[in-house]
Amino acid sequence: MGVAVLLKQVPDTTAKISVSGSRVDESAITKWSISPYDEYALESAIALKESGADELVAITCGPQRASKCLTEAAAVGADRLIHIVTDADFMDSCTVQSILSSAIERSECDIVLCGKQAADTNSGSTGPGVASLLGYSCVGSVTEVSMDGGKLSATRLGATGLERIEVSGPCLLTFDKGEVELRRPNVRGIMMAKKKPIESIGVEDLGIEIGSPRASLQSHSSPPDKPPGQKFEGAGSIEVVVGKLRDEANVI
Amino acid sequence: MDVVIISEAGNESLHPVTAQLVGASSSIGGKISVICPGGIGSSEAAMIAGVSKVISVEGDCFASYDCMAWCNAILPFIDGDLVMTSSSAIGREISAAIAAKKDFPVVQDITSLNDGISVSRSIFSGKAIEEVGVSLPCALSVRANTFQPAEGGGNAEITTINVSQEVSVAVKEALAKAGERLDVAEANIVISGGRGMGDPSNFSHLYDVAEEIGAAVGASRAAVDTWEEIPHSMQVGQTGKTVTPSLYIAVGISGAIQHLAGMRSSKYILAINKDPEAPIFGVADYGIVATWEESIPALKEHLSAVMSD
Repeated sequence: MGVAVLLKQVPDTTAKISVSGSRVDESAITKWSISPYDEYALESAIALKESGADELVAITCGPQRASKCLTEAAAVGADRLIHIVTDADFMDSCTVQSILSSAIERSECDIVLCGKQAADTNSGSTGPGVASLLGYSCVGSVTEVSMDGGKLSATRLGATGLERIEVSGPCLLTFDKGEVELRRPNVRGIMMAKKKPIESIGVEDLGIEIGSPRASLQSHSSPPDKPPGQKFEGAGSIEVVVGKLRDEANVI
Repeated sequence: MDVVIISEAGNESLHPVTAQLVGASSSIGGKISVICPGGIGSSEAAMIAGVSKVISVEGDCFASYDCMAWCNAILPFIDGDLVMTSSSAIGREISAAIAAKKDFPVVQDITSLNDGISVSRSIFSGKAIEEVGVSLPCALSVRANTFQPAEGGGNAEITTINVSQEVSVAVKEALAKAGERLDVAEANIVISGGRGMGDPSNFSHLYDVAEEIGAAVGASRAAVDTWEEIPHSMQVGQTGKTVTPSLYIAVGISGAIQHLAGMRSSKYILAINKDPEAPIFGVADYGIVATWEESIPALKEHLSAVMSD
């Protein structure tokens, strides 16, 4: 039984995002990282491998620079690395999901892990969408998972609280932040990862039909500027500020 | 163009966001039907003005949440070219799964919707806004509290359908109940504490204020990571919840970029911190340089006075 983990490379949380000419200026982004929720998926994928899964396959889709996430995944235990290379700056959900589903089929994994949403687009479509295309079950907002015979037991944040669920058969789990500590690679892992081959595949080599895009990016813009804030000294100013919340901001 | 809204349930009744979904879609026209998974809130949905039909889909599969079972159960009754849900965790999953099953594109967490169809949404945790053109048919999830709700007074016909659907996700054990308290992602006012609160027991003072103004209580990542008494469900920020209340009150929170990512889109921000250099003051509309010990009692007193006016 193989486990696939989907990783997306996104600007680091600390990166400054600037818009020039109605597009986010990518050249100004100096640091790219694995999307934070995907890191939790990766950590749980490694735990599944340690408890008996056959193979851990890390999959990413993106430009050349995205291969760095795969090498980072290899440094903590990924066995096989698949990179679907594309330079597209915007892909609609149908395109992304058919590419990733096809890559998962190629990996022959029947357990798939990914973050509940990516830190750049903040969407959360990929996990449930890919599960639908593959005909897998889907469990969202998982914080921990373990393998118990042929069944997966997972903790998820449900609408009524934290609950333990079991899922059988092929499934896709999306991850939230939980109590799990992320491991850091050791030196040996990093050295080995550098030598690990990456299967680089073009979208055209997947043998899938990508139709014309049905959602397209029209523009990026910066959020509206806020007027500079008003600053007050000491708790004595609370009465004034509460008055402003009522009369200026009209929020209470 | 026909609109199909998949309703959101909250506390065994219809969540108010459902009326906002009707309000959002009425601006672009079309017949509006509402599907209520598990039948929850169907009679309330029928009273929303502008709704022409309510389909109450009921069956054992709705006893607990299984994304694919729910989607497969409601899929045959989705007859329209615009499918809408709220952008709650479940709403996003349902939108994405239905869209994939129907081969529709999906755009999540939209904050504006115009004829055409063009939508806008916040990306990079609020650091930029993108405008996307989508062709019909499509699925959209909508951010709560960004659209005017449709009014009441409707009288739509309710059709009840019983379905049987195989479930593959089984709930074995409830580990921790979600607080009876208001969730930060849903509240119109949020008051959050950081490590500057000194001790988790001091959050009780924040709850006192919250009660006064009907607010939810949140926390920074530093507070959640430091004190196990503060659950992750309260965390606002990059790996916690993104909130967009009318008023966000940050107490003893320095304002790490990860925290700002989760709350900077709030309409108004009030920051209370003893460190005049704290980065939180950079995004605050109103900043008060003071300790929480001095400020919170005064805040409670003056809010209470304003609320009873």
